Amino acid sequence: MSSKNVQQNQSIISRILVSILTFFKNIGLGIYKWIIKIGVGLKNSTVHFATRFRDSSTLTKVSHFIMGFGNMARKQIVKGLLYFVIEVGFLTFMIMSPVVNDTPMGFRAIKNFITLGTVEGDIFTPTDNSMLMLLFGVVTTGIIFMFLAAYSSNIKSSCLADELQKKGKKLPTFKEDLAELMDAKFHLTMLTPAIIGIVIFTILPTVFMILIAFTNFDAQHPAGQVLFDWVGLENFRNIFSGSGEISVRFLPVLSWTMIWAFFATFSNYIAGILLALLINKKQIKLKKLWRTVFIMTIAIPQFISLLAVRNILSEYGPVNNLLMTIGLIDSPISFLATAANVWTARITIIVINLWVGIPYTMLMTSGILMNVPQDLYEAATIDGASKRQALMNITVPYIVFVTTPYLITSFVGNITSFNIIYLLTGGAPIVPGGYKAGSTDLLVTWLYKLTIDENEYNLGSVIAIMTFIITATGTLLTYRKSKAYKDEEAFQ
Amino acid sequence: MNQLTMKAPKSKSMKKTERTSTITGYITLIIMSVIWMYPIVWIILNAFRTERNNQGDLVGIVVSNYFPKAVGFDNFIKLFTTTEFPTWFMNTLVVAIFSFIFSTFLTLSVAYVMSKLKFRARKKFLNVALILGLFPGFMSIIAIYYILKAVNLTQSLAALVLVYSAGSGLGFYIAKGFFDIIPNSLIESARLDGATNFQIFIKIILPISKPIIIYTALMSFTGPWMDFIFARVILGETNTHLHTVAVGLYTMLYGQFVDVNKFTMFAAGCVIVAIPIVAMFLSMQKYYIEGVTAGSVKG
Repeated sequence: MSSKNVQQNQSIISRILVSILTFFKNIGLGIYKWIIKIGVGLKNSTVHFATRFRDSSTLTKVSHFIMGFGNMARKQIVKGLLYFVIEVGFLTFMIMSPVVNDTPMGFRAIKNFITLGTVEGDIFTPTDNSMLMLLFGVVTTGIIFMFLAAYSSNIKSSCLADELQKKGKKLPTFKEDLAELMDAKFHLTMLTPAIIGIVIFTILPTVFMILIAFTNFDAQHPAGQVLFDWVGLENFRNIFSGSGEISVRFLPVLSWTMIWAFFATFSNYIAGILLALLINKKQIKLKKLWRTVFIMTIAIPQFISLLAVRNILSEYGPVNNLLMTIGLIDSPISFLATAANVWTARITIIVINLWVGIPYTMLMTSGILMNVPQDLYEAATIDGASKRQALMNITVPYIVFVTTPYLITSFVGNITSFNIIYLLTGGAPIVPGGYKAGSTDLLVTWLYKLTIDENEYNLGSVIAIMTFIITATGTLLTYRKSKAYKDEEAFQ
Repeated sequence: MNQLTMKAPKSKSMKKTERTSTITGYITLIIMSVIWMYPIVWIILNAFRTERNNQGDLVGIVVSNYFPKAVGFDNFIKLFTTTEFPTWFMNTLVVAIFSFIFSTFLTLSVAYVMSKLKFRARKKFLNVALILGLFPGFMSIIAIYYILKAVNLTQSLAALVLVYSAGSGLGFYIAKGFFDIIPNSLIESARLDGATNFQIFIKIILPISKPIIIYTALMSFTGPWMDFIFARVILGETNTHLHTVAVGLYTMLYGQFVDVNKFTMFAAGCVIVAIPIVAMFLSMQKYYIEGVTAGSVKG
């Protein structure tokens, strides 16, 4: 019997391993195919561009050099002017290279993007600000791409005008173009503000930070005082294989992050489901009241509730006081930041996390419990199943089935859960040594300290990339398999 | 007949076990409720306690007695007169109002487009949004800080509004799940009547989307009251007049000078912040639960 179990377990483990391996293999294949696709796409579009130029009308040919010419010549004045203004604006920007905070943008930014600054600076001349040069390099590259998009749209627009004229149809006026934006091209209108926000505040900073991982921008190279430069993969090498301090610090933080994510996720998941089942029992009255009690703890901002808990557990707080009054201990225990044993702090955090997390799982499971297909229960009653059997064989498997995606998203969420660690311990108890990695620090809180407090931007960046790889693997693994993704088109 | 007689004695013992399990259920729930409510009650008790020490100052943490010996509003008065709390509160309110307007608009528009409109780059956009959402948010905060500095916007509330609302276009998954359920026939029949996509969205979709609008608005309005990482970096630790409540109250306890005697004042601030938010959550409970459940099951 037991050997059968062991065998089963082994087969499950090997199946999981195989699926993870295939996943990485697929990612590798995916990237490979993607690169080939880009290559082919580039080749095709160049060919397409050349043939289109050759076959197009004279007006469109001029549009290749003077943007909007094809439209203006056909009395689409406003549209044509818009294209023309974009071209003039872009060229002025590139050639004039406007200087912001002593650092140029435009074509000089592209040059600086490669060198990251050359002027060492002395009393009379300021040092080149490598950080701003890197940032403006990214910005200028982005602007060039946007210009290319406008350029290609200009040629397309001119070609379309060619075609319509050939067929003897009326060209749309500017007013009609605008009306299009409210109807057939409504998605453009709706998405543009969001995309602008995402490009400026998500994509641009992310690209910038990824690039920093390949430089030596750290505490010894403060921006605007000392130049920094590209160093390739050196930071990665230092963290993974070096015998330096940073690699010694990295592994414990990584392993604690994984331990934390595992226990935090499963303890909340199981306890939350049990609580939901309990509240949902037929005999329990005042269901709404019980739920409200727990929702209340979700509503309280975490900085309030967690700081309250931190003080309750402090050496002079009520918990220690109570334990001393009833005579369990003689002197106060430190549970969190100053705990004598690392594991006291770690276990306390995981327990406190139950306080934070159970209400969420409970709420979610309650919703799901109402949606368990009732015919399953009817069938079970007809077959003579007891309530307990129905619970164990219908309700629980159903919940587990429906919430598996949630389980994995919350695992990923716990890897990056910042508030609970930062507010409860700030990463302490302190581990002696450099880089300030405390023993309850997760990758994300450590990364916060490295960048904000220590100014070790490059190392912080490498850790951020690592965190991203871990969370992305987890998410893609579930997302690809989840019903929501596969049936995404079902509603369309 | 036979079955009935067999069942009768069994049901009696079953009733007994059922009753004991119900009672243990209640006991568990009561104990859990006490544990869950305790920190909240404790904060409230501290906010109202007004014991004074021998110098005549309000004492911070009183350990000798759980229930305050003297009760009053002294902590609140001290909070409003000696700290910048009123400014913090107004700052947060302004930031919350603007970011909730922008975020709700952005989230709903992206969600609707992704759910109901067909265009070429749709699937690509979905995948890119998923991947971008995985980068740890504050990994890019340094970059955001310098981008804002380049346009002279750091250390201002406007910057904070931008940061809170700009990324909200990526958090469209829950709202998309809601729009997915709206039947396409509704939209198609409106199209046949000659409505444009804009009119369909304004006149047909929005009026029936109250639950998801409220959920999105609730989330984006309460966000600024809870976040303190972004606020702290962008506003700067020294500019106390620009702080939001979260940053202000945190620095009050664990700023440069750790002062436990401020704890009761901190508690008073917490009570003022928590009351409106808890009230909003409880009154909109229904929509919140719908949102949470929809989001989780969709995965």
